[in-house]
Amino acid sequence: MKGQRKTLGKVLRYIKKYWFYLAVSIVMASVTVALTLYLPILTGKVIDLVIGVGQVDFAGVFGILRQMAVIIVLTAAAQWIMNVCNNKMTYRIVQDIRNEAFQRIEILPLKYIDAHSYGEVVSRVIADVDQFADGLLMGFTQFFTGVITILGTLGFMLSVNVAITGVVVLVTPLSFFVAGFIAKKTFTMFKLQSETRGEQTALIEEMIGNQKVVQAFSHEDEALEEFDEINERLQDCSLRAIFFSSITNPSTRFVNNLVYAGVAVTGAVYAIRGGISVGQLSCFLTYANQYTKPFNEISGVVTELQNALACAARIFDLIEEEPQVPEQADAKVLHDVEGRVDLSHVAFSYVPEKQLITDFNLSVQPGQRVAIVGPTGCGKTTVINLLMRFYDVNEGKICVDSADIREVTRKSLRSNYGMVLQETWLKVGTIRENIVMGKPDATEEEIIAAAKASHAHSFIKRLPQGYDTPIGEDGGSLSQGQKQLLCITRVMLCLPPMLILDEATSSIDTRTEIRIQKAFATMMQGRTSFIVAHRLSTIREADVILVMKDGNIIEQGNHETLLEKKGFYANLYESQFAS
Amino acid sequence: MGKLLVYLKHYKKETVCAPLFKMLEATFELFVPLVMAAIIDTGIKEGDVSYVLKMGLLLIALGLIGLVCSITAQYFAAKAAVGFSTGLKHALFSHIQSLSFTEIDTLGTSTMITRMTSDVNQVQNGVNMVLRLFLRSPFIVFGAMIMAFTIDVKAAMIFVVTIPLLSIVVFGIMMITMPMYRKVQAGLDQVLGATRENLTGARVIRAFNKEEEEIEQFGIKNAALTELQLFVGKISALTNPVTYIIINAATIFLLYTGAVRVDEGTITQGEVVALVNYMSQILIELVKLANLIITITKALACANRIESIFEMQSSMAWEQEAADGKQDIPYAVDFDHVHLAYAGAGAESLSDIDFKVKKGQTIGIIGGTGSGKSSLVNMIPRFYDATQGAVRIDGKDVRSYSMEELRQKVGVVLQKAVLFAGTIRENLLWGKADATEEELWQALATAQAKEFVEGKDGKLDAVVAQAGRNLSGGQRQRLTIARALVGNPEILILDDSASALDYATDAALRKALRELPGETTVFIVSQRASSIQHADQIIVLDDGLMVGCGTHEELLRDCEVYQEIYYSQYPKTESV
Repeated sequence: MKGQRKTLGKVLRYIKKYWFYLAVSIVMASVTVALTLYLPILTGKVIDLVIGVGQVDFAGVFGILRQMAVIIVLTAAAQWIMNVCNNKMTYRIVQDIRNEAFQRIEILPLKYIDAHSYGEVVSRVIADVDQFADGLLMGFTQFFTGVITILGTLGFMLSVNVAITGVVVLVTPLSFFVAGFIAKKTFTMFKLQSETRGEQTALIEEMIGNQKVVQAFSHEDEALEEFDEINERLQDCSLRAIFFSSITNPSTRFVNNLVYAGVAVTGAVYAIRGGISVGQLSCFLTYANQYTKPFNEISGVVTELQNALACAARIFDLIEEEPQVPEQADAKVLHDVEGRVDLSHVAFSYVPEKQLITDFNLSVQPGQRVAIVGPTGCGKTTVINLLMRFYDVNEGKICVDSADIREVTRKSLRSNYGMVLQETWLKVGTIRENIVMGKPDATEEEIIAAAKASHAHSFIKRLPQGYDTPIGEDGGSLSQGQKQLLCITRVMLCLPPMLILDEATSSIDTRTEIRIQKAFATMMQGRTSFIVAHRLSTIREADVILVMKDGNIIEQGNHETLLEKKGFYANLYESQFAS
Repeated sequence: MGKLLVYLKHYKKETVCAPLFKMLEATFELFVPLVMAAIIDTGIKEGDVSYVLKMGLLLIALGLIGLVCSITAQYFAAKAAVGFSTGLKHALFSHIQSLSFTEIDTLGTSTMITRMTSDVNQVQNGVNMVLRLFLRSPFIVFGAMIMAFTIDVKAAMIFVVTIPLLSIVVFGIMMITMPMYRKVQAGLDQVLGATRENLTGARVIRAFNKEEEEIEQFGIKNAALTELQLFVGKISALTNPVTYIIINAATIFLLYTGAVRVDEGTITQGEVVALVNYMSQILIELVKLANLIITITKALACANRIESIFEMQSSMAWEQEAADGKQDIPYAVDFDHVHLAYAGAGAESLSDIDFKVKKGQTIGIIGGTGSGKSSLVNMIPRFYDATQGAVRIDGKDVRSYSMEELRQKVGVVLQKAVLFAGTIRENLLWGKADATEEELWQALATAQAKEFVEGKDGKLDAVVAQAGRNLSGGQRQRLTIARALVGNPEILILDDSASALDYATDAALRKALRELPGETTVFIVSQRASSIQHADQIIVLDDGLMVGCGTHEELLRDCEVYQEIYYSQYPKTESV
């Protein structure tokens, strides 16, 4: 409850900016409701002037009808203004929240992004915000007008006749009980339905998803049999759930009919005794119908609002997530970098319980090559994370040209590194847009020269629209090797003084791999390079080899010294490369 | 949608009864204003309290009958809709099972899964709503008009004008906004795409210092979406006020006409009240109808998607009878100038593949990604048909075998190690439903899986989670190999299915396969030269062409592509 109130407070802060629309909306809602409720009274008055043959007061009728016309137009106008204001307020708030969430994503530490599934974060920015907006919109239009309608109707009814009002007020709650009763009874049926449906979906995913295996083993009949068994169970419980829940509507409608009959009878008796006029009775009947509607709606709106608040809370969690360590006010800008990298007494771990790297020292001279080797899953990317300052070290420091990387701007640090990862990432756009990421003002000649240097030009040329070929999400139809070549071209174009390269594993075919090797070799000339290496030649040519295991750097040295050591590296080398 | 209606055929009674009872309910609802008119004109005018009470009871009775009719209708509708979707799902599942690999590739498994789950549910919902409301709402609208005619023709003419006018406004706005909402959805997809992209590419974006630019671009997309939403919102915000004006303007005319007619003595005061009541009933039903149409449009779109799956026929015809007579020839598999082009692909994936394999031989297949290794072995169990040439098993074209027979002869271990939820035993029995305990253990031993299965709680009855998630990649691969071995196939195909095994286990597996009793022909597809090095025959593929065929020594001497692959894994200096 307290959490909800806090969330509500934050929601109000967003609304504050649009207080004008909110105020207009509230005024217009009140006007709409008041006028809507006044109309049946006027209708009643007209009916009272139309008593029988020759007993019609035409002058009076015309007067009231004119009034009605004015009111109708006013109501419609107020309704429209209210709707537009609500829309504007809601969608603008949604826009603000989404922008803010996105801005936060851009400055969140990588730690957060690595620890949360993308789908989850995306669903906060998209689905949760949408649901929140729906709830907000519904809350404003229905909850507010609903409450005013109920109160207004009660007021109007009481002013005409207390006893008949009593009938309405007493019988209406019955529909709540009925609806509540049915909802409670059907809850278990719905639960069973969704469980069985889940079971069926799981089977579908398993069998259809692996259709090829099913067919390879001629298992179709057995699969269908299993499917039918669940399907029949689902039919049973679905029928029950759908049928029993669909009783709600007729039942509440029946209660409304009871209210209607009650009003008709008591109203008529009062009319006979002269307590009220026929017109007032007809007005009451209209109210009796109107009064129950918002009740049914409000119960829905309350759950909707609660849901909206829950969604809002999730979004605020994201927006308020601690951003990465801000840059120091006097952060220096690295320029004319030579490429000397020093790691001194570095300690690092992702989680405090599991210490990974402790007291690690390394000094890389400009132009040296550092190969990082180790079995898969040994945490080679950790080094990349630290060098690029995606993560900060826990202890010690990393210096580029003797400047602690925490004391220089992230921008200048990162623009001095060229990075090619094995998990290629390309953005939606054209080939050209992807290549010029690091140098937006590159000329056509420069682009082609870079593509030629990275051996990507020949395949790009053969694409339908050459450099302007659009590529879809995650590289679309390009092969893994082609994607990697593009990522290399991207770095080739700006060629920073330091490189971080991730060698491809066997998933790329031999020929493309040779091209990638050549491109890497061109790039590395005269540049400080860190290479996550799989190939023997790369490893042997490296000035320093870092051997990693279980996230820790366990050995360092060059090929010969490491072999002599007869440690983990020597073992690794024996098993993988020597036959 | 039309063709899907077949699945309602077992529910004819329900399909007819549901709307019928709904109409009955609506009819009783239409009587209510008439009863009210009687209360006013007779009961109140003549001061007859007992008449009023009688009419009050009649109102309750009408309500009760309505309740019973309505619940009956809901039952029939639910039964028909649920029965419909059950039948549809069964047919769809069995149809998808009958599709060949070519169609599975075209459709994609995720599409088929969505069709079977959310699309079918939408259609079920649509059927249910149509049965409940599609007749009821128009019936009330026109019923109200007819009732108005029974009261007074001249007053009823106002209904005749109002109903089309209202329909035009309600449906017109809907028609205008529906395509716009589709655009809003597209705009939302853009925003979603940008968000996802910035999460997956966080490292690269930061490495290139693109954060500011990305924020700016997101802002533009987001603003465009908001503008679209506001524009559509403005139009659909018109619905309520405009219908309000129309219905109440009609009421004004009704009251005026009523006043004139009462003055002439054609109708009574109570009847004016009844007319006004009918008018307000119309509005409620039209709004319901508009919502219903949205549901129906959605359901129809889903139904069409489902139908398109039914329209897809398997492109592969199978012989029903098992092929006759065993030919006694020494070749287990024979590729006779085989070409393969996948449906919709421009170029051939395999061209002019021609080789023969003797019974009991081990064949290695090697080549880069996309060189056609999997395509080649997939043709042996006839997952795909040759576009030219023929694949023969035991001297007979694979197209002359029955499916059962062929799949029994050929055991395949696919690249992706797939296991199913259940126990280890259940998974192994896929290979041969009546396999004995001993056969299972034998297969596990050959697949180098015996040891770890013995170490599991429950051994053969150890639980396998969905997709085999509770097992390591290597364990999964060995179990899938065992599964294929249980069936005791004459031809065994391992499609890069030992990639997660370490070198020692891989070698032990190959040794065990060589020692299989009988003349099992084994195909091994691999990226590792070491896995196929000792095969009787090695086929080297490059870009769909067979560029080499022979033993390791022969190929190392003559085949350039093989040399390239081999030396990239075993640098010359080291292997000497």
